[in-house]
Amino acid sequence: MSEYLLEIQDVNASYGPIQALRGVSMNVREGEIVTLIGANGAGKSTLLMTIFGDPQASSGSIHYRGQEITHIPMHEISRLGIAQVPEGRRIFPGMSVEENLRMGTMPIGDTHQETDLQTMFAMFPRLKERRSQRAGTLSGGEQQMLAIGRALMSRPRLLLLDEPSLGLAPLIVRQILSSLRTIADQGTTIFLVEQNANHALKLADRGYVMVNGEIRLSGTGEELLANPEVRNAYLGGH
Amino acid sequence: MAGHAGILINSKSILLQKTFRCSTMESHILGQQLVNGLALGSIYGLIAVGYTMVYGIIGMINFAHGDIYMVAAYITAICIAVLSFFGINTVAIVLLITLAVTIFIIALYGWSIERVAYKPLRNSTRLAPLISAIGVSLILQNYVQVSQGARTQAVPTMIQGAFRFGSETDFFQITYIQTLLVVVSFLSMGILTWIIQKTSLGRQCRAVQQDRKMASLLGINTDRIISTVFIMGSSMAAVAGVLVTLNYGSFDFYIGFVTGIKAFTAAVLGGIGSLPGAMLGGIILGMSESLFSGLVNTDYKDVFAFSLLVLVLIFRPSGLLGKPAVEKV
Ligand SMILES: Nc1ncnc2c1ncn2[C@@H]1O[C@H](COP(=O)(O)OP(=O)(O)O)[C@@H](O)[C@H]1O
Ligand SMILES: [Mg+2]
Repeated sequence: MSEYLLEIQDVNASYGPIQALRGVSMNVREGEIVTLIGANGAGKSTLLMTIFGDPQASSGSIHYRGQEITHIPMHEISRLGIAQVPEGRRIFPGMSVEENLRMGTMPIGDTHQETDLQTMFAMFPRLKERRSQRAGTLSGGEQQMLAIGRALMSRPRLLLLDEPSLGLAPLIVRQILSSLRTIADQGTTIFLVEQNANHALKLADRGYVMVNGEIRLSGTGEELLANPEVRNAYLGGH
Repeated sequence: MAGHAGILINSKSILLQKTFRCSTMESHILGQQLVNGLALGSIYGLIAVGYTMVYGIIGMINFAHGDIYMVAAYITAICIAVLSFFGINTVAIVLLITLAVTIFIIALYGWSIERVAYKPLRNSTRLAPLISAIGVSLILQNYVQVSQGARTQAVPTMIQGAFRFGSETDFFQITYIQTLLVVVSFLSMGILTWIIQKTSLGRQCRAVQQDRKMASLLGINTDRIISTVFIMGSSMAAVAGVLVTLNYGSFDFYIGFVTGIKAFTAAVLGGIGSLPGAMLGGIILGMSESLFSGLVNTDYKDVFAFSLLVLVLIFRPSGLLGKPAVEKV
């Protein structure tokens, strides 16, 4: 088994003529919180989706626990133990909160469904209060909690999150980040994509900075927070 | 030829006499038309379900769906003839075997058509699968016409008798076969609704419908679910084909077109994409069409049905129960 839980090597990916990823290499070790920051349009979401094969890497390779997963069909990736909280949350609006959570167990079957449902309700009490409510009627923060809860229902080893703080009030962002801390402490490896570099870098062990589809910088959270280029570009120069 | 093997089962039925009297002649006609409309509407509903589910999950109108129903009518006739040939004449057994065989074969048709004619076009323009569906429709009609002949087919009446309501002279009746038709239709719709609302498979169908990519991220094999939806829709059309053949007794290779368009109208009326909408739309269309032809004019019943559709679309563009872009199954 390789040293890394997730290892991305020299990956290129395009949407038709638009090349979105250019020779991206990065990795995540078991137990880490790793973050990827970058401006809007840098290619962060594309990288997360490329791990799931859409768009597929046109060259380079993606390994998970030593196994090459570059060309595995999208619906089989989650069964390997990777869950994604995608950009825009993508909860199922016409389903109840509880049904949304139950959808999360697809990759592992429903053996632990009832126990895990209670665990999610304990972690996000708001969801318990609204368990029979249509998910489309939830507030943004609640939808984000639901999307995270749904992902956790598959008991993932690696959790990918795409801008979970986007559009949420600061108080809710802090709640979400603190639940990510808890999830990490319980042993789930986290790969977090954020534009909100300040929060993300404080939470993360390591980080990467993406510019125009390329990895520009990498380092520990503190190193990147102290880096003048990062401060100017992503922290408003403070 | 199918249907001419000649099994005629005369159920020695006792007509149930109800003693209450209805005051006017019109009320009997009204009652009779409501009964006929319910039967017709159940058939529309069963077929409409297939249009609405396929539309809900891949956003295409499966123009070949009506012809799937037509093929089901032929398979029913063949099945009854074969069973009769082997001396199996007990109504319940014939019915169950015919239903099972027809559902199986028609599900296979639905599955194969999706695989061969629609799936390869999934990522092309929206128009491509539509044109492909029209092609499939023509192929089915021609293939049935060539293999079974162009003339109208007839199936002997298997169940005779009726429940009668009213006096000796003024009455309306619900035939046993109509009763069976309505009961089996509602049972089928009930089972389908239960699958969609309560089972894990149904949840997967709804997930694929609401957000296909997210469903895939969660580990759902979306191709498999789309196939399943075609199988479910075709099965309902198969049930409709069996029931229509038993009830009306005659059909030809062209019935899929007219009934298909009506069922599609029912689906749009109820809100295309909505499962309960398709059932409701079917019942409303069948009832109002039947009432109109009984009380006003038979010749204009189709004009009336489509006018109803136009009115609903003007005042409720998403249909009676449609909630576009949010909850479609
Ligand atoms: N579905 C798509 N089709 C075509 N181009 C896309 C698509 N999604 C993203 N892009 C383009 O790819 C680039 C990277 O986008 P994205 O990965 O969403 O960036 P980020 O998540 O960092 O904001 C952008 O130039 C964007 O316009
Ligand atoms: Mg993004």
